[in-house]
Amino acid sequence: MNSVSALFLDYTFQTVALGSALLGLISGVLGSFAVLRKQSLLGDGVSHSALPGVVMAFVLLGSKKTEVLLMGALISGLLATLFIVGVVRHTRVKFDSALALVMSVFFGLGLVLLTYVQKIPNSNQAGLKRFIFGQASTLLQRDIILMIICGLVLLSLVLLFWKEFKLFTFDTDFAQSLGFSSKKLNLLLSFMIVLAIIIGLQTVGVILMSAMLIAPPVAARQWTNKLWIMVTLSALFGAMSGITGTAASSLVPKLPTGPAIVVCVSIIVLFSILFAPGRGVLYRIYQRRKNKILYKLEGGSPDVPSN
Amino acid sequence: MSPQIEIQLIAVIVAVACALPGTFLVLRKMSMMSDSITHTILLGIVLAFFVTHDLSSPFLIAGAALIGVVTVWLTELLSRTRLLAEDAAIGVVFPLLFSIAIILITRYAGSVHLDTDSVLLGELAFAPFDRMLIGGTDIGAKAIYTSGILLLINLAAIIIFFKEAKVVTFDPMLAAVLGFSPAFVHYGLMTLVSLTTVGAFQAVGSVLVVAFMIGPPVTAYLLTDDLRRMLILSGAIGAVNGILGYQAAALLDVSIAGSMAVVTGLLFMLVFVFAPYRGLISSLLRRRNQKLEFAKTTLLFHLASHEDSEKDIKPDIDTIQTHLHWTAKFTSKIIGSLEHEGYVQLSGNLTNLTEEGRSASIRDYNALFSR
Repeated sequence: MNSVSALFLDYTFQTVALGSALLGLISGVLGSFAVLRKQSLLGDGVSHSALPGVVMAFVLLGSKKTEVLLMGALISGLLATLFIVGVVRHTRVKFDSALALVMSVFFGLGLVLLTYVQKIPNSNQAGLKRFIFGQASTLLQRDIILMIICGLVLLSLVLLFWKEFKLFTFDTDFAQSLGFSSKKLNLLLSFMIVLAIIIGLQTVGVILMSAMLIAPPVAARQWTNKLWIMVTLSALFGAMSGITGTAASSLVPKLPTGPAIVVCVSIIVLFSILFAPGRGVLYRIYQRRKNKILYKLEGGSPDVPSN
Repeated sequence: MSPQIEIQLIAVIVAVACALPGTFLVLRKMSMMSDSITHTILLGIVLAFFVTHDLSSPFLIAGAALIGVVTVWLTELLSRTRLLAEDAAIGVVFPLLFSIAIILITRYAGSVHLDTDSVLLGELAFAPFDRMLIGGTDIGAKAIYTSGILLLINLAAIIIFFKEAKVVTFDPMLAAVLGFSPAFVHYGLMTLVSLTTVGAFQAVGSVLVVAFMIGPPVTAYLLTDDLRRMLILSGAIGAVNGILGYQAAALLDVSIAGSMAVVTGLLFMLVFVFAPYRGLISSLLRRRNQKLEFAKTTLLFHLASHEDSEKDIKPDIDTIQTHLHWTAKFTSKIIGSLEHEGYVQLSGNLTNLTEEGRSASIRDYNALFSR
């Protein structure tokens, strides 16, 4: 127990845990909308698509500051989202195919740029790829401040447009008939999700960011039918797994932070799917057995085919 | 054979081998499953490595292919509970399996060359060097043979089970009624996807396998409505992407696999914009024409119905504008085009239906409402 209390007083741990918790909170809130709109995998796509932007930002501005690289990532993530939305709107190609295509093409472009950068003499490009693949233990205080600012902006936008987003998420046609522009709302929401993904890139990395966007909302969805409870729970689950994952990776030697967070959040999902009252798998099995017994008591035939 | 030719040959074979099962992924709206599998096969490789302790063992390939099918099974298991959507299920399963793989590697295989980069970012340029590294005579061609076998397996499976795959893809209910098992075809297809992914990732790297698997079929999807033609087109597009991508990479001295993915994207953009019937330009043109046609029909109806009802409402341009909520520019455009067709007559500010306009409106009405 001593090592645990010592851990929580450790400065590095505090920074990393705070960052991971913030990330879990932000992606938990915005992920709720992505999951409800059946665009869960947008996180995966956008985070892969960030690579060319990161490299371009480095080439054009010659700096490896977090803000510069994040800005590049943001722009190329937004561009990828615009492409996806455009292809889906104007052709019969479905969202998932457009996503897979745009994502892999952008990532390929990133690789091309990366090999190009390697040829420029005196350029210190090392670490660009690591930026994409995430390294929570390298989080600095300024990264945290950046996260807090972005998080505040995103959360206040969510609060401000709460009613619009809610309506748009559950009944797009109705929202449109009331005079809300579904095009603008779609773009705004997508942009906000992209921003949340980009600030998370550094902590858990390109591949695991999608889990942070999907898993907390999916777990939260099992416990409630109300949007605001779901969003709150999702933020809570995200923050919880951020802290737990960081703690686990500090206590256990050679346990990488990002994957540890993902395992934590996945455990929450499995628990929710199994045990959620009124909806979970176990509850359903119990309900079915109870109904069977009730049916028998009412005089029904006992060997009804179950399927 | 020179290394350049060899690389292009490998690229073409891999591209065609990927495009064939990819076509069905696109049609079955499961494109992201390929992305999921490309990540989780790492876990299969790690687990198989712990059993065999040999990086060149064929069990690694088998383990990877097996984990691909397990990924699909787990995803289906989750989404079958209907507690979460299918795409969310994909997004829960693959990060978890991938994370477990990374944790296993960092904890137990730190000294072995089994890092994520070597799996995620394959490099085609090294394929011909295999021969020199191991010293045999035929090793450089090994990638050609392995991907060739892969292509043959895919071709054979799709030719033999074409009818089954087609009916299950487009109408699973009908397939089940006819006695084909949708589950059998589904898992067969997923085994192919998994095998192909594993076979291709060493050559082109995992994220780019997605570009090879989804890019050509999506491009072909905009060009044809026929499954057979779509398969052939995808293969051809994949091959073109491979060759052009290699040439571009050689010209600019950049990552070969990356440049192939970029060419895939460029070719798709080209088709997306210019494709007949389904491209951006023809879709925008069609929408514009439909809008004009709709406005013309509406105006004819409007004039025809006001003609014999209220006499005090004059069919002048301003009234039409307010009644139909149109802008002045749009109104005069529609009236102008109707006048040109001889359906209305302009006298001063008044628009009056001609005899032809009246009968055209009645014809439109009958076409729409009399059944």
